[in-house]
Amino acid sequence: MDHIVSGDILNEGDRIKPRKIKQAIVEIVSDSGEGAQKCGQSFGAISAKMGNGVWTVEIIPAEIQPPARSREGASGIRVRIGSDKVSNMGNYADLVIALNEQVLYGRIRQDAYNGNTLMFIENKWAKSEQESIRQQYSQALLEFKELGIQVVEIPMEEECLKLMPDPRKGKNMWILGLLCYMYDRDIPKAENQIRRIFKKKTDAVIDLNIKLLHAGYDWAREHLPLRYEVTPMDVDDDMVVMNGNEALSMGVMASGIELCSMYPITPATSVSHHLAENFERVGGIVHQAEDEIAAIGFAIGASFAGKPAVTVTSGPGLALKTEFIGLAVMAEIPLVIIDVQRGGPSTGLPTKVEQSDLLAAIYGEAGDAPKIVLAAATIEECFHFVVLARKLAESFRTPVILLSDANLATGVQPFPRPKIDPLWLTNPIDQSPWKDGAMPFEWDENTGTSKRPIPGQKGGMYTVTGLAHGQTGKVAYDPEINQASVESRSRKIASFQKSLKPPKINGDPEGDILLVGWGSTLGAIEEAVADARAEGLKVSSLHLRFLFPIVPGLVDIFKRFKKVITVEINYSDTLGNPMVTQENRRYAQLAWLLRAKTLMDIDCFSNVYGQPLNPEKVLKMIKRELKIENSEVNV
Amino acid sequence: MLVQTHELCSIPSLDHDYGMEDYGKGVARWCPGCGGHSILTTVQRVCKDMQYEPEKTVVVSGIGCSGRFPHYMGTYGFHGLHGRAFPVASGVKFRRPDLNVFVVTGDGDCCSIGAAHWVHAIRYNMKMVALLFDNGIYGLTKKQTSPTSPLGTHSNTHPRGSILPPINPIQTTLGLANVSFVAQTVDWNSAHLYATIRKAAEHPGLAFVRIVQRCPAFMRDLYGDIAVDPKNLILLSHENGINLKPKAREAFGRVIEHDPSNIHKAREHAEINNGIPIGLLYQNTNNARYDEYGAHNLGMGVEEKKKNLESLLDQYSTSNSVE
Repeated sequence: MDHIVSGDILNEGDRIKPRKIKQAIVEIVSDSGEGAQKCGQSFGAISAKMGNGVWTVEIIPAEIQPPARSREGASGIRVRIGSDKVSNMGNYADLVIALNEQVLYGRIRQDAYNGNTLMFIENKWAKSEQESIRQQYSQALLEFKELGIQVVEIPMEEECLKLMPDPRKGKNMWILGLLCYMYDRDIPKAENQIRRIFKKKTDAVIDLNIKLLHAGYDWAREHLPLRYEVTPMDVDDDMVVMNGNEALSMGVMASGIELCSMYPITPATSVSHHLAENFERVGGIVHQAEDEIAAIGFAIGASFAGKPAVTVTSGPGLALKTEFIGLAVMAEIPLVIIDVQRGGPSTGLPTKVEQSDLLAAIYGEAGDAPKIVLAAATIEECFHFVVLARKLAESFRTPVILLSDANLATGVQPFPRPKIDPLWLTNPIDQSPWKDGAMPFEWDENTGTSKRPIPGQKGGMYTVTGLAHGQTGKVAYDPEINQASVESRSRKIASFQKSLKPPKINGDPEGDILLVGWGSTLGAIEEAVADARAEGLKVSSLHLRFLFPIVPGLVDIFKRFKKVITVEINYSDTLGNPMVTQENRRYAQLAWLLRAKTLMDIDCFSNVYGQPLNPEKVLKMIKRELKIENSEVNV
Repeated sequence: MLVQTHELCSIPSLDHDYGMEDYGKGVARWCPGCGGHSILTTVQRVCKDMQYEPEKTVVVSGIGCSGRFPHYMGTYGFHGLHGRAFPVASGVKFRRPDLNVFVVTGDGDCCSIGAAHWVHAIRYNMKMVALLFDNGIYGLTKKQTSPTSPLGTHSNTHPRGSILPPINPIQTTLGLANVSFVAQTVDWNSAHLYATIRKAAEHPGLAFVRIVQRCPAFMRDLYGDIAVDPKNLILLSHENGINLKPKAREAFGRVIEHDPSNIHKAREHAEINNGIPIGLLYQNTNNARYDEYGAHNLGMGVEEKKKNLESLLDQYSTSNSVE
């Protein structure tokens, strides 16, 4: 980011020609309720519509309305736009616009800014009637400058007051106008965006917000000596732009699922908000159950009765659902379970990202309960994996857990518009008479799969039970029958695994380090690998979508690298910490799984700061590892 | 194509004449003298008399002695988790208005581990028959105190007598939002049991029936005196209530006229403790029904779904033509 000469605002008018840049990272932070997210989402949407690559990350406090001007109450958004596809939140912000100086402290602690960051701060606090606020403000500005950050005070309140008496709810669109000038955004697209986000409001509200947009734009033109152009991509594909939870919802609707049975839980709930708004238009319905257990029970009942169903939850909800998931495995009832992971354990970090439910999803149930577990790595996969999950659930007569996380949930990224296949939307319900003499669990000896009768089918009457049962469905305590039925349920997961292909390697198929990731970290890992390879380092990566059963071919891939390291947002012990030894060290969850599956000494790089992974941290780790590797070689 | 009007569930099938054998399966494995046997036969009789198609009938249960019920029915059955019969049954019914749904639940199942679902199932008021098999004890796990065990019950968890007063399931249900049908009967009076379940099956909403049930293995004394002498039963009678033939009425010692539209009186009768009031305590056929909401947009064709999905996707398109 360029520096503003003399550290202050210029009055040179509209003489600035935009300078071409490859990418920009912009943050808007504020107290809750000031519309920072709406501003950033709009900036992202306008940029996506112009053909730029976009990734957004929301900064969400755990409370709805935390105390104003509190360091931990920062609410906001980071938007990264680029000339190419953008796959992650990047490293340090180029520009941050703050509605008060206090909320910046939290972000500084989260390592969001560095000496190249330009900071625009609302200057009304300098004139506050409260002495303490004036002091806090000037103190903060001093501290930020000491960090090397260039701070510019902006009269946001003052300018907005010219258009409205209480700018608390309007400043965000003024800032959008400023950003549209600085990054040379298309103003008619910005106006359309305002019409879209305020479509339920009156014309007067829309007009006022458009005026604010123009006012911000004009002010920036007259006062800011900075202007950039982020050249859009030439994309022929018809693209759509949405966040991960919207993509999950659209995927549910496109998958032919007819019922979403849920209980509110952050950060999954917005999936069902989107469904509640739109599902009935495509023949589906949302049921808000009395609790997490009832939500899955209801979905299982519907699915048993031939109506494809999904339940959407997050970690604590997944924990409550485990008994029913076990029943769905035992009774072989198709079901899609979406887990938008958050920080844990217990209530944990409800609005922050973590990938800590992997082992719970795979192994959480009592008894042996194999099922399919998938993880989406991109917004686009959030859409398509629901369609896939439903298909797998029906084909293998099993629950399928689809893992997403808080980073994907609110992250926005454009992707090619899905081509809806009418076959996805076909209801599987078969009401023709059940084949005479066929049993309800007639497990194929080779594949373990079987066809299920659905209520309404004459002659198919059977009783689902969570008790041990054989092919007839009747309760059976015979040891042979139990062994055979558990085998069959395991065999069908193996037959699904046989249909999978080895994962693609990003980079060379051999080298010093192979990074292995899953879920939302894909973009950050691949960017770090690209940077490392640009520096000549022999690093590759691969990303797993099928976690259980696990994709084939991993041992063959792993043995071509000197070291294999998983990169995950969950906890692992760090060697060198008190009490941690090689023997008792706890590994990150995918590493644990891969070590067991491959019998190889797989390491892990993971943490639980509640932040999305950034490429720089991965790159630093790669360099650290290679140095250790090299020094050992030298010795 | 599914039939989409719930009213059709109670219309007899025209091309079949189902007999008792069509509703039975296997041999019930409850203890001799268990109330479950008579309830099973009665439900099968009601199904036959309503001429429910066995393939369009689903019996959902929880866990416990009562949980085995669906295994003995010739219909579809769902023997699920402890306490969770209501959510499963609600899910079955929500998008399948053509199915006849029965819920079978025990006192531990309904009033303890599944109490939250009981409260909300009553509020959902989806058309189904819910039978509470209340024998006042945990049977299958061998004699632990249940939430309906009388105060002072000696059990394996309270060997010196239970500490807390029992839940009154009828009174509790009468206090729940959107309650539409509450009846009480006993397993040993077959005429009243039949008339009650039959009335429940005809109710347009969730019909909650508490069946006072004997457990010969662990609570032999609980209803011993009452079962021996029908005079200990108090018959709630009304032209809109559960009607018995005059001969069957004569067996009851006490008869109280009770209008089932009067919820305040129903709550008074629910408190009677010098005998067991049996009959229809409350009925309201005008309550909101969640299954009607659940079925309101069934049967949309693939073409229409696709068209509407595409227009939804348009909203997210970056293409200028869409703006």
